[in-house]
Amino acid sequence: MERMPSWIRQHLAAVRAVAVLTVLLGLVYPLVTTGVAQALFNGEANGSIVQVGGKDVGSAVIGQSFTDADGKPVRRYFQSRPSAAGDGYDPTSTSASNLGPEDVIDVLPVPGAKDAEGNPDEGRQSLLTQVCARSKAVGELEGVSGARPYCTSDGVGAVLKVFPDRAVSVNQACPAAPFVAAYQGLKVECAKPGEDYAAGRTIPVRGNAGTPAVPADAVTASGSGLDPHISVAYARLQAPRVAKERGLPLDRVKALIDEHTTGRTLGFMGEPAVNVLELNLALDRR
Amino acid sequence: MSTTAAGLIFIVSLIAALALLHKPFGDYMYRVYSGARHNRLERGVYRLLGVRADTEQSWPVYARSLLAFSVISILVVYGIQRLQDKLPLSLGMKPVTDHIAWNTAISFVTNTNWQAYSGESTMGHLTQMAALAVQNFVSAAVGMAVAIALVRGFARRKSGTIGNFWVDLVRGTIRILLPIAFVGALVLVSGGLIQNFSGVHEVTTLTGGAQSITGGPVASQEVIKELGTNGGGFYNVNSAHPFENATSWTNWFEIFLILVIPFSLPRTFGKMVGQVRQGYAIVAVMGVIALTSVLLTNLFELGGHATVPQAVGAAMEGKEVRFGVANSATFASATTLTSTGAVDSFHDSYTPFGGMMTLFNMMLGEVAPGGVGAGLYGMLILAVITVFVAGLMVGRTPEYLGKKIGAREIKLASLYFLVTPALVLIGTASAMGSAEQRAGMLNSGPHGLSEVLYAFTSASNNNGSAFGGLTVNTPWYDVALGLCMVFGRFLPIILVLALAGSLAAQAPVPEGAGTLPTHRPQFVGMVVGVTIILVALTFLPALALGPIAEGLS
Repeated sequence: MERMPSWIRQHLAAVRAVAVLTVLLGLVYPLVTTGVAQALFNGEANGSIVQVGGKDVGSAVIGQSFTDADGKPVRRYFQSRPSAAGDGYDPTSTSASNLGPEDVIDVLPVPGAKDAEGNPDEGRQSLLTQVCARSKAVGELEGVSGARPYCTSDGVGAVLKVFPDRAVSVNQACPAAPFVAAYQGLKVECAKPGEDYAAGRTIPVRGNAGTPAVPADAVTASGSGLDPHISVAYARLQAPRVAKERGLPLDRVKALIDEHTTGRTLGFMGEPAVNVLELNLALDRR
Repeated sequence: MSTTAAGLIFIVSLIAALALLHKPFGDYMYRVYSGARHNRLERGVYRLLGVRADTEQSWPVYARSLLAFSVISILVVYGIQRLQDKLPLSLGMKPVTDHIAWNTAISFVTNTNWQAYSGESTMGHLTQMAALAVQNFVSAAVGMAVAIALVRGFARRKSGTIGNFWVDLVRGTIRILLPIAFVGALVLVSGGLIQNFSGVHEVTTLTGGAQSITGGPVASQEVIKELGTNGGGFYNVNSAHPFENATSWTNWFEIFLILVIPFSLPRTFGKMVGQVRQGYAIVAVMGVIALTSVLLTNLFELGGHATVPQAVGAAMEGKEVRFGVANSATFASATTLTSTGAVDSFHDSYTPFGGMMTLFNMMLGEVAPGGVGAGLYGMLILAVITVFVAGLMVGRTPEYLGKKIGAREIKLASLYFLVTPALVLIGTASAMGSAEQRAGMLNSGPHGLSEVLYAFTSASNNNGSAFGGLTVNTPWYDVALGLCMVFGRFLPIILVLALAGSLAAQAPVPEGAGTLPTHRPQFVGMVVGVTIILVALTFLPALALGPIAEGLS
């Protein structure tokens, strides 16, 4: 080995180093860690699986949808947040929306048009319109106002494209009535699907909505798409509906929310959160 | 307690924990790299490697050993991905496509951990643990080795050698990273992270739907992903995934793991050059920049100034309820101030200025505190440039820690500084110059430019986080970003090792009346100033067209 040129010796050492370290760090380390973790924290190490009547129904740390086969909320259950993971809460395709804070303009579907695969053109909803639509839907489900700043009453983003001679409410497809009749003396028109409004100046309109009744987490998708929690405010908003559906006193449901609220760890880490699956299980057990 | 107050205490508690460990942990790492004794495990490893652990290497030999190790690593990681269907624990995953496998191999070997793939649908368990997680350890140990070699350059007098790469690699791995990773993994499992070898577990949800609960050796990979400032998640959504980051306290712990080595290494540096106060000056520079950045990111995110956050009432898009806005912002800061790139919330959906802070952190060259090792050597290069600039102003020969900063040294330092901006700006320009690459942007307008700029900044600085909207798993982006990662990692390393060699060969010059003291607040302020000014001059035009244009519109 000593007689070899040094560059070959280095490569031999490198090959051996990768092999030795792969065995140590890639096999021994994870195997030993798994063994000890399985012995000490068996439940957690295997995914904090939750059972009902001996059957696995989910994981205590992974969120799930409480919707029926058509995707409609099941009224006797507390609902989770919106999710961008697959069709919602799919652990095999986790994702966030990755839409930006100024993503406010929809691509309206053109009636009758087909996409490359022959499906009807669906357009694209901006993040703002997604927020507005969710707010409207949650408001209707819970019997409160779904109004929010920058949202029209029909649940899309209140955004104008302003041209020298006119203004267009770009997220409201004709024949919808624009959310304002005029902007700075210009007549506001509804948007014609397929027309290019890119040249106009983008003006989101705040409107006069006050503090929304529907909380922030109810109208936004989480980072993982698997968020197991909702805010205390969103849980309280849902309490009257769930209490009514189940014929329970509202106070009892509220007490259950409190029981399943995790405060901030040590009083300062994170935010108070309600585990939706555990709360719904507690309701089912009653 | 208000969200703001809790968020501030969260930051203060992290600072307190890091301050508490700075001295003992820094001293421990000093003993690891300076001690003459090899323990039994290490002696066995050296015998298997066929290296003589007691010989020292000159800088070219040190650099060649490092490059040889990295090249073989890339080949092995590439090979395991391409053959994963024939290996155990593949979970039925197909071989990874060639361009993604190349990109991923480079990404993990360069400590970038840029992910052009989605973990849960691409990688089998064996690929994750025996290819990817191994590189999480050794790429971190390589970074630390380079930093230590540079510090030896300052510490030694008239020496032809800067240490032994194999010894530095093995010691950093076995004595520093492995023990912490083992204990840390168990701590994380206790908080709800998984650690098993199961495949997908089908359950029927309360409303009768189907859900596939995934399995895997997650905690053992998660801990080294943060500790080694790697950032490559087991899952697509990285540390936002409850199986990677289950509670608000695991979130705190993961941020702590990200910061603990980079913030303790300046102590190791101070001990090695025999003046601990020099280490305090360096950690002070890092601390000032880091704290400013963390506070600004929190301020921007809690402020929520942009149309969608205003409509929502908080910047909650892409964030988890259990972490909340403030702690997510702190994580985002920590991960981009270092070369980690793990995310617990999605930067693409941040407010324009909050998102800009994460971009700006990376543009700083990740020196505050930077990646493990990479942060320290990056900061020492900036200190060298500062000494040179200050020397020019008063008309004296610049020197740092008794070593003359002559023409050769300053050329190496300047080249080091120029590598990443060149890669970022050329890369972004060539992507934006082609309609096909522009089509990969999810968002339009300034935000789309930010996505591309972010991708090249992240790859060239070996960060690995992403403005997730950009579609990057195309051959063009995989190759272009792969090249940025390789050059962004190894060119600076070669320059640093050359600098180490040239410094080690010098005889120290005695301190004179004209010597600039490099341990005082004045010097700390100057290094901060030089860092910010250099970065601002380089990147301001690009930032103005991206996040600043978006934030002001």
